Amino acid sequence: MSRPRVAFFDFTSCEGCQLNKLNFENELLDLLVHIDIVEFREAMDNRAGEYDIAFVEGSISTPSCIERIHDIRRRSKILVALGACAVNGGINALKNLHAPEWVKQTVYDDDKYRFPSIPAQPVKALVKVDYEVRGCPMSTPEYLHLFKSLLLGRQPEKCDMAVCIECKLNENECVLDRGMFCLGPVTRAGCGAACPENGQYCTGCRGLVSHLNINGAINLLQRHGLSKHESEKRMKLFCANDFV
Amino acid sequence: MRKDLNINVHHLTRVEGHGNIVVNMTRGVLEKAQLEIVEPPRYFEALLKGRNFHEVAIITSRICGICSLGHQMTSLKATEAALGLEISEQTEVLRKILIDGATFQSNILHALFLATPDFLGVGSVFPLVESHKEVVLAALRLKRLANDIGEVISGRAVHPIRCVPGGFTMLPTEKELETLRDRLADAGRRDMTFVLEVVSELTNTIPDFKRETEYISLHHENEYALYNGQICSSDTGLYPVEKYLDVTNEFIVPHASSKHTRHNRSSYLVGALARFNNNFALLRPEAKKAAEKFGLGAPCFNPYMNTIAQLVEVVHCIEESIDRLEYLIERGIKNERPNQDPAHYGRGIASTEVPRGILFHDYTYNRQGSIESANCIIPTGQNLANIDDDMKKLVPEIIGESEESITRKLEMLVRAYDPCISCSVHMLKVNFIK
Repeated sequence: MSRPRVAFFDFTSCEGCQLNKLNFENELLDLLVHIDIVEFREAMDNRAGEYDIAFVEGSISTPSCIERIHDIRRRSKILVALGACAVNGGINALKNLHAPEWVKQTVYDDDKYRFPSIPAQPVKALVKVDYEVRGCPMSTPEYLHLFKSLLLGRQPEKCDMAVCIECKLNENECVLDRGMFCLGPVTRAGCGAACPENGQYCTGCRGLVSHLNINGAINLLQRHGLSKHESEKRMKLFCANDFV
Repeated sequence: MRKDLNINVHHLTRVEGHGNIVVNMTRGVLEKAQLEIVEPPRYFEALLKGRNFHEVAIITSRICGICSLGHQMTSLKATEAALGLEISEQTEVLRKILIDGATFQSNILHALFLATPDFLGVGSVFPLVESHKEVVLAALRLKRLANDIGEVISGRAVHPIRCVPGGFTMLPTEKELETLRDRLADAGRRDMTFVLEVVSELTNTIPDFKRETEYISLHHENEYALYNGQICSSDTGLYPVEKYLDVTNEFIVPHASSKHTRHNRSSYLVGALARFNNNFALLRPEAKKAAEKFGLGAPCFNPYMNTIAQLVEVVHCIEESIDRLEYLIERGIKNERPNQDPAHYGRGIASTEVPRGILFHDYTYNRQGSIESANCIIPTGQNLANIDDDMKKLVPEIIGESEESITRKLEMLVRAYDPCISCSVHMLKVNFIK
């Protein structure tokens, strides 16, 4: 590719992944030499027509989002979903676990019909997604690696093993054995076990592994003191769409 | 003189989130001048219901990627108040350094990467890589340094990992803190001095506009309040944080998916300029000197100067964090575990100054340690009414200028507030369990 035209778009999200895209300060300028950023609302004024690579952050959660994502897909050669909200719905999808009327009533009360809203969907529920970078927030090294792969015209690797494997390679003491809750056994790796590395439990932000043994996972958490109900609830934190 | 004007900036750029500027004047009568908020609703209150206290800050952090640390801090303080979890002095000092770092990071991002292109008449920071390479490089180094404060202490700059109710899951080493202190004291101070030098030459394009309003921020008697304090109004004085609903008085307008607020006047201002006006005396001398360089004195009634107040705060935060790091290094890091044994369950209210202004979280927990009800009042939501009032005064003052120039000044005005629109879209209903 000769200086690909790159664009960034955001849907329903916290824009933390957008921020992470600016957070590799040391490499940012080196990367800019090889691309033309043609659209990036959060950082620049330009609006452009067609894109070689479109990076999309956020979930699809309003009727107008649907129209916009189809439009972006039509104009993009490669479309990449960035971060949990775009990849599987992320935190936004928690509302899908409840009756839509209850959610609107709880938050908006009498004004509940003022703002149209649909269940929070991942981008792939509406259009074809070519690549994804998981996590909440997406991991910057993974994003840089994918970006470089696309520029070089090579296929980026996909990771479908559990966080436990990376955690063990890092020689961490098992979080469950420390008496804490952990979703490492069922969550897709690729983050380098970032949370256990920092003394925290895995919250499952990268989504579930494809070869999931859900009953086994719940049994394991029950053996470590959580009820079945609480185990399921915690598994849904970033993966609600896998349970609806 | 122009009698008709119709401006509609759809999806304003270089701000966080989605907003439109709409101005409408017919036959000399200003019918509309407002910032429309079109961000999709996110329903955080419903998401929080029934969630365990361990999970709450993980969820509220996701309200906003840019102020994720501020949301976490406020969330943790509210949870700790509700559950009676005491924190150690070390935890408090580390959190204050994190808040300094987050203010530093966010203010640099806004002032240098999003607002400065306006001073130079370009559409983004990217052309400046060619024309002002040294400044861009210094700004990138500063942003990296600010992010590193977050990474070293909280494990990650966006959506911090180590901050939990009652303390930290992991502590930085003294060696890491020493490195941070040295970088701040050396390259940090040097880059910031250089950046201020350059930017102070560019600010003659800041519009000369004044509108006195009510300025609301936290206030603390001993320090420039960011982590702790009482609510302070420039009009009416001090209030305890627990009385926040008497200050915010949220109301709904048809053109925004986030609530507006008002207190003593039709609107009030929060953020760097409000903090600067209310707490000027408590700024570090180095920061006061920087303010002088830009001709910024307290009180300042020009909202465009918020960007400059942000830069002044960066100087302050660099100096404060150097001293706090020094204190911890001298005293040594104690190996503590977070205190997570609730003493009681109930309601907890907390407030923190996040980069865009005063933030409130208010939770009620049941006896299982799960959320019964929650309310968050976000800085940008509190600024929306003030932005509309500014536009109503500004448009008639500049009506003789070209439409392009009016549009540019309106965009600059909204941008000066550094609005964080994702955050502001909540419309959380307050549902108190008595």
